[in-house]
Amino acid sequence: MDPVMLSRIQFGLAAGFHFIFPASTFGLTLLILILETLYLKSREEVYKDSSAFFVKILGLVFVMGIASGVVLEFAFGTNWAQYSRFVGDIFGVPLAAEGIFSFFLESVFMSILLFGRNKVSKKVYWLSAFLVFFGAHLSGLFILIANSWMQTPDGFKIEGGRAVLTSISHAALNHSTVIRFIHSIIAGWITGSLLAAGIGAWYLRRKLHVETAKVCLKIALIIFIITSLVQLLTGHSHSVQVGLTQPEKMAAYEALWQTTKGAPLSLFGIPDESRQKTYLFVGVPKMLSFLIHFNFNAKVAGLNEFPKDEQPPVLLPFASYHIMIGLGMLFIAISLLGAYLLMTKKIWDARWYLLVLICSIPFPYIANEFGWMATEIGRQPWAVYRVLKIANAASVSVPAWQILFSLIMFAVIYIFLLWVFIYVLVKLIKKGPGEVSEGY
Amino acid sequence: MGNLELLQIIWFILIGFLFTGYSVLDGFDLGVGSLLPFLAKKEEEKKLLFKAIGPFWDGNEVWLVTAGAALFAAFPYAYATVFSGFYLAFMLLLFSLIFRAVSLELWGLDEKRKSFWEWAFVIGSFLPSLLYGIALGNVVAGIPLDKHMDFTGSFFTLFRPFPLAVGILGLMAILLQGGTYAVMKSSGEVRKRARKIVNAIWILFLILLVLCFFIAYVYIPGITGRFFMWFSLIVVLVSWILLKIFLNKGNDTAPFYMSSISFIGLWGITGAVHFPNLVKSSNNHSFSLTIHNASSTELTLKLMFIIVLIGMPIVMAYSAYIYKVFKGKVSIEEKEY
Repeated sequence: MDPVMLSRIQFGLAAGFHFIFPASTFGLTLLILILETLYLKSREEVYKDSSAFFVKILGLVFVMGIASGVVLEFAFGTNWAQYSRFVGDIFGVPLAAEGIFSFFLESVFMSILLFGRNKVSKKVYWLSAFLVFFGAHLSGLFILIANSWMQTPDGFKIEGGRAVLTSISHAALNHSTVIRFIHSIIAGWITGSLLAAGIGAWYLRRKLHVETAKVCLKIALIIFIITSLVQLLTGHSHSVQVGLTQPEKMAAYEALWQTTKGAPLSLFGIPDESRQKTYLFVGVPKMLSFLIHFNFNAKVAGLNEFPKDEQPPVLLPFASYHIMIGLGMLFIAISLLGAYLLMTKKIWDARWYLLVLICSIPFPYIANEFGWMATEIGRQPWAVYRVLKIANAASVSVPAWQILFSLIMFAVIYIFLLWVFIYVLVKLIKKGPGEVSEGY
Repeated sequence: MGNLELLQIIWFILIGFLFTGYSVLDGFDLGVGSLLPFLAKKEEEKKLLFKAIGPFWDGNEVWLVTAGAALFAAFPYAYATVFSGFYLAFMLLLFSLIFRAVSLELWGLDEKRKSFWEWAFVIGSFLPSLLYGIALGNVVAGIPLDKHMDFTGSFFTLFRPFPLAVGILGLMAILLQGGTYAVMKSSGEVRKRARKIVNAIWILFLILLVLCFFIAYVYIPGITGRFFMWFSLIVVLVSWILLKIFLNKGNDTAPFYMSSISFIGLWGITGAVHFPNLVKSSNNHSFSLTIHNASSTELTLKLMFIIVLIGMPIVMAYSAYIYKVFKGKVSIEEKEY
């Protein structure tokens, strides 16, 4: 088998598995910070109990994040040695900064959250909740700086066979950094808040821990309502950025084979790459031109504009992009319903809606995974957009069989860990707030 | 000497500093993990040891992540060569670290598989403790490289006698860290066992040190002319002797600090012997990766230096704070957390 393809699958698996946990962390640390703030102000036990419960869940999420994250830190060197040599002057910096500024902060104050409730003052405990929140999001910023540089590289020159840093600010704040950061963080808030809302809904349906559940559900649902609506705007801006700075990726997302004036926005279709055709195409006429250029008749570049060997695949980016957007629309529907039920105070008796919340817990995770697939596969065949091809990025000293072996091992380990994670998570939820075991 | 040359030397030292920090700190929880079956017999004793390292192990592991990333940023060619060259060994390391990272948490939460997670923790601690030294021994002794800086040996190239000896010495240093940490944090039976174990490893440590020293003396020419090597060696030996003296006096905290200092000394020896190389080539001297041909540019090294100057003092300040919050011997009775 092709070692480059094997390494791509392995990295995709490792990154895809890892992202389950940071996404949850973004939302959970926000929720914990809000609960701790309310507790600090009101001194009501219900906030403390709720927070303690979510801290326990965060603890589990956190170790899974560490376990899967260490792999990624080293994966560039193990599988992408040529890439590492080519981009090390730029790409290594955000990774190192992430360690120094974020990981230490997160892990040290996470220990206070987990084990220090009675060892530090209330204010220091609140500060720890804030610093864990801050560290987690700062870490997201650094890693998305790194990723964005691969998508829309800037602030560098090619010298002596490698990319050399020329401008720190241009490299860090390249064309996609800010919007990618906002879009990803809000995706995490949607993920974590729906998880928390779903847990609250589950308790309410079973009439367990009713007081705590109501508090959690209400706060989590409000976060979810706001974020899923805001995500429509950030998603739009992110797409516009892709349309302007990575036009072939946008063409793949929309299966736009030919450059078109007044290009339609695709809603459904089955793209066939070999025939350059989309079957069962359903679209809104001229809408894509309008959304990207704010002009119904603007020209949007099709795949035909780009050399054959620089075109991304179409089917996977198209499908994952549309699934992500479809789920985003579903979140908006759920949140509008939730807003209505909250305002009319009917939510506590709307058992069907509570069930909807519970069943929706996995959907943000799926949307996140497909969003990343669209982003990363849509960048192909480049490792660094228009600078370094993926075929020239892999390690040459690693034989294919070794990668196949490690890939199989990762697959087995990650399936096992995901299963254990869900099993333990459900167990923690069943035990409920106030009765959470103290671990070791 | 230009700015670039100076920054390259600074970064050689800083990478050493990060790996030293990792060894001393994660060393004690790796050591406790590797020694767990010998330290603890009863459930409560295991719980006590887990409680002793619980608040710290994840922060300690960040030192490894940071050292790896800093190596990537400062010396990308060395990072690429070592990690791709030692592919299978690093995969083994990663699998160990994955299981280790989740095992402590799941030991308490996943009761069905309690003993599985316990062994995952023990093996996940032991294998990395051994592999780190083997990897280090290889880059110091030299590995076969081609002119594109790519490793040309096989998996078994890594297990030559000298790297193996360094691997076992590294393991002993980590076990000494773990053993003395257990002495410091525990009481009763566990403390007694830990003291016995430290006594045994204390001797093995010296034997391995002497062995490594003589192999290095034979195979790595010119090392005896390096002043800093002799200085570091004296630091190692003095702290090694003091460790035993404090232990015999019944002092429970000083042996851990002595073990830590001797670990720092070991890194001093390594740095003195290895400088200015990062990865030595065993087949052709001119293929070696040094701080000069493997580094990033001046701008990047400078940026990274600023990041470290701002970041690391803050890290060390709040790390010191958390060690203060959770200081002292642990007991099982307190149900505070």
